Amino acid sequence: MTQIPQQLKYTEDHEWVRAEADGSVVIGITDHAQHQLGELVYVELPDAGRTVTRGAAMAVVESTKAASDVYAPLAGVIVQGNPALADQPELVNTDPYGEGWLVRLRPGDAADLAALLDSAAYTQLLAAED
Amino acid sequence: MKREELIFEQSRPGRRAPTHAPATLAATDDLPSSVLRQEPPLLPEVSELQVVRHFTRLSQLNFSIDTHFYPLGSCTMKYNPRASNTLAMLPGFLARHPLEPDSHAQGVLESLFDLQELLKAVTGMSGVSLTPMAGAQGEFAGIAMIRAYHLARGDTERTQVIVPDAAHGTNPASATMCGCEAIEIPTGPDGDVDLDALRQVVGPKTAAIMLTNPSTLGVFERRISEIAEIVHAAGGLLYYDGANLNAILGRALPAGMGFDVVHINLHKTFSTPHGGGGPGSGVVAVNPRLEPFLPIPIVGKRDGSYVWLTEADRPQSIGRLSGFMGNTGILLRAYIYMRLLGTDGMRRVSGYATLNANYLCARLASAGFTIAYPRRRASHEFIISLKDVARDTGATAMDFAKALLDRGFHAPTTYFPLLVPECLLIEPTETEARQELDDFVQALTEIRDLAGRDVGELKRAPQTTPVRRLDDVRAARQLDLTWQGKPRTVN
Amino acid sequence: MPFIPHTDDDLAVMLQTIGVADIDTLFDEIPAALRISSLPGVPPGLSEAAVTRLMRKRAAQNTDSLCFLGAGAYEHHIPAAVWELAARGEFYSAYTPYQAEASQGTLQLIYEYQSMLAGLVDMDVSNASLYDGATAFAEACLMAVRASRSNSRRVLVARYLHPLWRKAAETLLKGQTVELVELPAVDGHTDPDALTKLDGQDFAAVCLPWPNFLGGLEPVDTLTDWAHSRNMLVIGVCNPVALGLLKPPGKWGARGADIACGEGQPLGIPLASGGPYFGFMACRQALVRQMPGRIVGQTLDIEGRRGFTLTLQAREQHIRRSKATSNICTNQGLMVTAATIHMSLLGSEGLRRVAAQCHANTRSLVGALTSLDGVELRFAPYFHEAVLKLPRPVAPLLAELAAAGILGGYDLGADFPELGQAVLVCATELRTAEDIAAYRHALAGALGMAAAA
Repeated sequence: MTQIPQQLKYTEDHEWVRAEADGSVVIGITDHAQHQLGELVYVELPDAGRTVTRGAAMAVVESTKAASDVYAPLAGVIVQGNPALADQPELVNTDPYGEGWLVRLRPGDAADLAALLDSAAYTQLLAAED
Repeated sequence: MKREELIFEQSRPGRRAPTHAPATLAATDDLPSSVLRQEPPLLPEVSELQVVRHFTRLSQLNFSIDTHFYPLGSCTMKYNPRASNTLAMLPGFLARHPLEPDSHAQGVLESLFDLQELLKAVTGMSGVSLTPMAGAQGEFAGIAMIRAYHLARGDTERTQVIVPDAAHGTNPASATMCGCEAIEIPTGPDGDVDLDALRQVVGPKTAAIMLTNPSTLGVFERRISEIAEIVHAAGGLLYYDGANLNAILGRALPAGMGFDVVHINLHKTFSTPHGGGGPGSGVVAVNPRLEPFLPIPIVGKRDGSYVWLTEADRPQSIGRLSGFMGNTGILLRAYIYMRLLGTDGMRRVSGYATLNANYLCARLASAGFTIAYPRRRASHEFIISLKDVARDTGATAMDFAKALLDRGFHAPTTYFPLLVPECLLIEPTETEARQELDDFVQALTEIRDLAGRDVGELKRAPQTTPVRRLDDVRAARQLDLTWQGKPRTVN
Repeated sequence: MPFIPHTDDDLAVMLQTIGVADIDTLFDEIPAALRISSLPGVPPGLSEAAVTRLMRKRAAQNTDSLCFLGAGAYEHHIPAAVWELAARGEFYSAYTPYQAEASQGTLQLIYEYQSMLAGLVDMDVSNASLYDGATAFAEACLMAVRASRSNSRRVLVARYLHPLWRKAAETLLKGQTVELVELPAVDGHTDPDALTKLDGQDFAAVCLPWPNFLGGLEPVDTLTDWAHSRNMLVIGVCNPVALGLLKPPGKWGARGADIACGEGQPLGIPLASGGPYFGFMACRQALVRQMPGRIVGQTLDIEGRRGFTLTLQAREQHIRRSKATSNICTNQGLMVTAATIHMSLLGSEGLRRVAAQCHANTRSLVGALTSLDGVELRFAPYFHEAVLKLPRPVAPLLAELAAAGILGGYDLGADFPELGQAVLVCATELRTAEDIAAYRHALAGALGMAAAA
């Protein structure tokens, strides 16, 4: 059964977003997404300081069989990519909501967060896809 | 099980195959030391016999058409006649420097000129360029010509290339290489293009549509003339991906279907070798409106002699695609094959390729396999879906592929096209005998029985190959792309 | 029926199994208006004996010459074992090694090739090859634009890079709006003192031919350091045989070049009117995911034994479709098979001797020809190929030499007018003192001089 933590926000492209106390957000891909991709072998992350628009491809996750773009759920500036993924891309598989986070971003407008899906809506989305 | 050490591991310092290099090291005292290499490159030090033995043994680790039935859908793995190779390797063809005067190469040029004419005949087109070195380069040339055509008419906004979702991955990639945007359209449930979806996407930005016909789903696109009307009416052109030309050779012409440009994979339809992944050849043929834009060089005839036509003769050409003229040796092989077949032989190619595919399809259907498009006539290839078997037993298309290897068959194409789940795309080709097809049915049936009985055993396949299933994840995570060992210094 | 094994009996049984009366019925989904019943324009088939006669005749219609023409394609000795082995059916008639367990021969061979090639250019990794030198050069430019930290889509290129490669690259780069910009040149190579002209401009990379089209030796160390100091990548465009003797791109300047590419033909591939050849490409480890083309990696099977497989496939068109690093779908597998066998037979010492002998023979040729009045060497040092100034227009002289059975070189006038009446000559290790004397004799005759030395 795929995990969908309640406290996170989601996108239709299977990214999750967590608001942090300092006003930044942490972004990753969902348990469902990592399961679909299979074992990841590489994660390409954006450089710190890069400005991204909402919906822009900002990272790539790669398995042996597929490569998928990860889209920015919010507009903003990249604070940091997860440095641990350079050597351990499998963290995205083993702990997608924890150690396997992808990017920390400072949103241009924190209000954009409210427009994302909540866990109930994302659960519904997955049910509809099946 | 057969294994073979790396050639580097067989190397010993000071061992040589000296008959192949000058006996002494000539002086290079005029060169400053700053330009010279300080350490020798890492190449093996082995004898000629060791080399012969090593590469002979390596060859024996391969499946090939010469050793196994190879029903790899979309790849047309048919017999590669020996005559094509022997005659293309005549010293009189091998010794030709690409920049020698045309007068020295009349035999080559005449053969290539004849080949251009034959390719016009089998496509119905009016112009041919032989220079693209593979299917993907043919696609690039085709889309670049279409772009050049639109631009020459001042039609600058046409940058969208429509591609069905079943298309080869090279189609969208080639469109991107040409600076165009690929627009995917869906396939209808009967395997034909969804015309409503097509009508919605065509417009003033449409540069072209790229189609394979028969498609990669193994069915003939029946409404092709309607598609041509829709795209042409919108101002776009039609690109024919000739990957499946084998299916219709001498039965229908791409030009007759309304296509403006076609590339032909000579390594498929005209049986030049696949060589373990190339060289290929992706010659292009066009109708009169695209002729001025053909890539150079092209063989022409002037005052009774054959000549290379270049920029001076073809000022609107999209330009060169290679250092010289492309894969001439492959072109000669295709020419030889076409002369052996002749007009009747060509129709027999499509006839028997289609017969074999439909026979195999019928036998697999009656053996209970799920045919992806059961109400359609198979072309030269067809798809079975193992979705039900996978659901019931857990055995995947990949498991079937590996189990076939143990039974002496190369696997069909797996997981392509992407829109049919757990699929095998099967192309037997015309050069396989009925007995081989019957044995293949038997093998697939056995594998399905095994899946029902002991799927664990099935997932252990292959067990008779030089290696067992390989760890692709390890290969990608812990990249090891070159040998890092040191040559042994003692025996 | 050529290559079709069916008996009448087979045909009858198969048609019955399908449930159709004849083969033509199998094409009933093709609309009748589109169907054709013959191929006018295609002659009747010939027997193998007749085709053999035809092709022997065609081969004999070509004219063999004594070859002093290089210019990107070189006549070297190819050991007999190379094509005896490469043409084995198990290599010749195998497909791309997608089913790894059934393709270990091809896969291990490519891994060995990648190791040899990477060693030759002194880079970390190599791909499984590209179409030819010109397309490898174009792909290297695209790769550099992707990999570069700069946003520039402009690539600097030495003036004396192969002019036909440059034309091919322009065709291939145009669609992606990548532009080639020429470096300033002087005395047959890039002018390191004129680089200040480029100050204030941004480029993704610089391409340095080694040796260059004129046989010249570019100031690669200076240019590599200059490019790196300005955040450009460095692409070495190399003759692989020359690297038996010359400093490999991995050792250029303080940090070495970033990408190496070139034409693989000198490694065991016959001249054959220009193809099939193969292009090679190698790079530093950090850039491997930007490299186009197939790549083979070593891994383990489920029993822990060494095996080989295609890897990093997610970069490629069959997975990444419109976002792939390139549309390329093939490598020149058979050519790489030959090259790997060729390099194994020569070894590093053999390759070094071939390179040194080519150079020595070209020096002898230059010495012999410049002993004629009005024939002068244009630039030194040079390697393996050299530019000679001739006292008369080049084209008619070359035509006269060709009529005498000598391919006298490449006329540089059209591509590089600044060189005047100049010809590019080359003598590989296969040319003998006798061959060189024959060239001198013929040139003397063409110039209307007495042939005596």
